[in-house]
Amino acid sequence: MNPVIELHGLEVRFGQRVILDKLNGALSGRAIGLLGPNGAGKSTLINTLLGFHQPWSGTARIFGYDIRVPAEAREVRGLFGYMPENDSFIANMSGVRFVRLMAELAGLPPSEAMERTHEAFFLVGLGEARYRNIGTYSTGMKQLVKLAQAIAHGPKLLFLDEPTNGLDPPARQRMIELIQEIRNRGELHLILSSHLLRDVEECCDEVLILKNGRSAAVCNLEEERRANRRFLELETRGANGTFVEAIEGLGCEAACGAHGRMKIVLPDGVEIRQIYALAAARDVQIRRLNHKRDSLEDIFLKAMEAPNGSL
Amino acid sequence: MAVYKKTYQRYAGTLTPAWSRAFIIPRYAFEEMHRKRFLNMFFLASMLYPLVCAFLIYVNQNLNFLKLLPGAPTQGFLEVNSTFFMALLGVQSMMGFFMTAFVGPGLISPDLANNALPLYLSRPLNRKQYVLGKMLVLVTLLSVMTWIPGLLLWLLHGVLAGNGWMGQNLRVASGLFFGAWIWILVLSLLSLALSAWVKWKPAAGGLLFGVFFVAAGFGAAINGVLRTKWGNLINISHLVGSVWVSLFEEPMNRGAGAVFFRVAAGEEIPVWCCWATLIGICLVCLWLLAKKIRGAEVVRS
Repeated sequence: MNPVIELHGLEVRFGQRVILDKLNGALSGRAIGLLGPNGAGKSTLINTLLGFHQPWSGTARIFGYDIRVPAEAREVRGLFGYMPENDSFIANMSGVRFVRLMAELAGLPPSEAMERTHEAFFLVGLGEARYRNIGTYSTGMKQLVKLAQAIAHGPKLLFLDEPTNGLDPPARQRMIELIQEIRNRGELHLILSSHLLRDVEECCDEVLILKNGRSAAVCNLEEERRANRRFLELETRGANGTFVEAIEGLGCEAACGAHGRMKIVLPDGVEIRQIYALAAARDVQIRRLNHKRDSLEDIFLKAMEAPNGSL
Repeated sequence: MAVYKKTYQRYAGTLTPAWSRAFIIPRYAFEEMHRKRFLNMFFLASMLYPLVCAFLIYVNQNLNFLKLLPGAPTQGFLEVNSTFFMALLGVQSMMGFFMTAFVGPGLISPDLANNALPLYLSRPLNRKQYVLGKMLVLVTLLSVMTWIPGLLLWLLHGVLAGNGWMGQNLRVASGLFFGAWIWILVLSLLSLALSAWVKWKPAAGGLLFGVFFVAAGFGAAINGVLRTKWGNLINISHLVGSVWVSLFEEPMNRGAGAVFFRVAAGEEIPVWCCWATLIGICLVCLWLLAKKIRGAEVVRS
């Protein structure tokens, strides 16, 4: 798959302060999560990709367009949709007028912009409130109208900066479902920056974890989930050396712990029922069998604890 | 398919040309202005003086018309010359100033107060185009109020007067055109810069008045206390008035310059100083705009 974003030694400084420290890597997921503690550089990375900050050195490519080349940066901005973290709107405008203006600025002809604005409002669930002044919207509605303006012009890459900020649980769930729905249509890539691991876990298939402006980890959540399914934790009764040898005979890696606990990595082609069969043949009781659940939180914490800042 | 049944789809149709995006901003701004009754009324009121001038030009060229009025003078009634057109420019420019004071502060400050700049600038629209779009609102309005009626009246008089009047008075037309543009540029940039730096609209409007009237008073105070004429360097109407006099090739004497933009006798400063100061004001305004119009604000530690 062609990378969505390539980072080539991207360094951003504000004065003498290094905010992004020579980031490298390629991100190609359909939904890319940006994770990191406060001040890690998530928003700066998004702002740099959007062209709000000039890199000190290095560069980034989005869909192959170099953000340091003005003509290419301008070209690629036509493919963006951006939902900022904070309240962003134009005062004294109705929702429909605001989103239409944004769609026109993205390059849509007025009639198309109007049509897609109405579609976007119905998609985010604000169809009935679209003629109201944005100033009268609740926090949740303002988040939704920000999403509407970000998708109305049909972008190819959607930046979502803390999309569930300030939302109550039902509104958060609705926002997550919307993002999943948009992602599952498969017509755009999205970059979701959040400090809420659950949001990222539910929406993203690839994660870039930042720490102190450096890339601490790039993690393919899909691969991680697949790998987790091959990693088993067993609690047995009556297991002995022959059972372990038999498991290793299947090609599994096995490690024994105290009190009959075992950890097994299944190779491709070996199924769990073969483990049960071996246990039954040796009169070994399998009291508990769990898939390893190395959650995003574990990955994140490991990345944060890594001494040199990367896993 | 009904609009409420549609799901997310990428847009695959044609896009508008990149150069046209800056014109979207003034279109929306004019639609917004059109809803405000006061601005509509003020704009219409600003057209009264050119209409009166058109009537005077007609009467000037049709003196027989005056014979219908008992006791009206038929000789030397009115002279349509550079002073006439400079007065028109002065009155219209002052009307434009008030219009700018009402409209200008609302152009950028609400976008900054509501954090709308990231939304504009994350689209294929750069900072220059954003400022140009906002400036076009004022440029269009002020053009319609100043040099466009001025040149139309000049044409009207030229057609009515005949005998090569237009050829002999080309300087008046160029003075109207370039003089108005100088005023438009200075006023627009100043208004946008104030709008960008003062987020509260009424304060930005008040500051615009302050820059013109308080600075003029301060300049007069400097002149009075220090017995100099260089205090006029901070009097924008004096600077513009001096430049207009040179553009119209009017003699610099008592009462020279347009109404509201008169250059007091004995307080004239060299025209090149006026030009340099006006250019300096424009450059400072551009610098102020460049500092403030950004997609993301950087807080330096």
